[in-house]
Amino acid sequence: MTTPATAPPWTADEMMTVTAARMLWNGCVCFVGIGLPSAAANLARLLHAPDIVLIYESGTIGTRPDVLPLSIGDGELAETAGTVVPLPEIFAYWLQSGRIDVGFLGAAQVDRFANLNSTVIGPYDRPKVRLPGAGGAPEIAAHARQVFVVLKQSARSFVPKLDFVSSGGFLTGGGARRRSGAPGSGPQAIITDYGVLKPQPDSEELALVARYETVAAADAVKATGWPLAVAEELEIIAPPTAAELEVLRALHARTHTAHSRPVKLPV
Amino acid sequence: MPIVTLAEAVASHVRDGDSLALEGFTHLIPFAAGQEIIRQRRRDLHLIRMTPDLVYDQMIGAGCANRLTFSWGGNPGVGSAHRIREAIESGWPQPLAISEHSHAGMAAAYTAGAARLPFGMLRGYLGTDLADVNPAVRGVICPYTGERLATVPALNPDVTILHAQKADRAGNVLISGILGAQKEAGLAARKLLVTVEEVVDHLDAPMNAVVLPHWVVTAVACVPGGAWPSYARGYYPRDNAFYIAWDEISRDRGRFTDWIARYVLETPDFNGFLARLRADGVGP
Repeated sequence: MTTPATAPPWTADEMMTVTAARMLWNGCVCFVGIGLPSAAANLARLLHAPDIVLIYESGTIGTRPDVLPLSIGDGELAETAGTVVPLPEIFAYWLQSGRIDVGFLGAAQVDRFANLNSTVIGPYDRPKVRLPGAGGAPEIAAHARQVFVVLKQSARSFVPKLDFVSSGGFLTGGGARRRSGAPGSGPQAIITDYGVLKPQPDSEELALVARYETVAAADAVKATGWPLAVAEELEIIAPPTAAELEVLRALHARTHTAHSRPVKLPV
Repeated sequence: MPIVTLAEAVASHVRDGDSLALEGFTHLIPFAAGQEIIRQRRRDLHLIRMTPDLVYDQMIGAGCANRLTFSWGGNPGVGSAHRIREAIESGWPQPLAISEHSHAGMAAAYTAGAARLPFGMLRGYLGTDLADVNPAVRGVICPYTGERLATVPALNPDVTILHAQKADRAGNVLISGILGAQKEAGLAARKLLVTVEEVVDHLDAPMNAVVLPHWVVTAVACVPGGAWPSYARGYYPRDNAFYIAWDEISRDRGRFTDWIARYVLETPDFNGFLARLRADGVGP
């Protein structure tokens, strides 16, 4: 990344979280993954989208946590939910039925057609690094009306060929996804620490369409393992506002305090 | 339906080589039962669980299993399940065969198992490599629409173990909060063992609550705190600090083995486990 004369007073994670949060709208039904997607979805709820419906795969629907969950099933999610349903129901009645506007995912690797790997680095049978695996992601990627992905950009994570396809994006591009029968429209935005990538019409190959003012497009290209297309008119993403940073930092501070609190068993 | 000690339940009902599901999705994970299985040195288990996190990290690292059916294996929000990783990557302490699904696939397999149907069905595994590495993931053509749908064989564990809030003296079990696939895994099993926070005279279950009636439950053991470091709604919260601490405890084989020896193998039961953790100043 280009080092500006003075480093901006926010981190790459904060910039990504704020950018992702801005993409979520009030009333949107969002199926949330843990980590940065969860931070972004709750930031949106605390700022411009008070009526966003957050669904976590643990079965919590319409949850409004005061602190971010460490796991996908922290008690905070259940206690603040509109309803808590069994897990098979979440995947059958709520996801596969097509009720989700936005699926919000992370991954370890992405390719030029926005396919995602969260399973393994190296061969499946002799892994170099065994990752946790797909979890809910394959069906979220297939069924949500659109998918947002958050992932830091580097030649190791933005690769010409995935070691394993855990979740399908646009497959081989050019309409392959649609022909596969996947109901949702697929990944419509990849939010990185350089900017935002979106699929191009027809080819469905990802292109850089927006960048942060602190980075150059050429650096984003360098941080990509394939020759990254860059939009002719590159949007400049507005830096985080003081209000966005204040709410996000307060959320993380509350979360840190809550997660460090010792637990005493009543026995 | 007897109320027994956890040691008796495991000794009577869990055999070497069994297929065994400990369910609970972040909430109500039967940790005490997993540790009792380690203590009784069960071997060659086929472990089944949607999210093999710390409970299976402990059992697999302790050498209880040679097969794992799962859909996500890590330390939630923290990182790797190091013992599961090492078993898959380098076969320590023994090789671990894996059968890998998505969550939706596992949920469908348990649901089919509970219904005693041969397979579960979903609009799933689209465009993924999972079906290439798991021959159990197949497909069927819908006889009404012609659509091709994914299928997974039913999961019917020899034994399912759950943790719940309450049982009454007859052995009816009440579960509330985040349910995961507990009910489905429980009803899919040939034998169902349940540990509970307390045994009460009257369950006072609200209508539509999740109650497993005594006649589908093989045995109940009262193990207060038995879901720690996960949680039991209404009793204690998730010990996120321990999940974070586990990353260091489990990262190194030697340190992990010492931890299992000191806190699990050398203690008589779950109360002994808690007492030793507390004596060492690291207990809940």
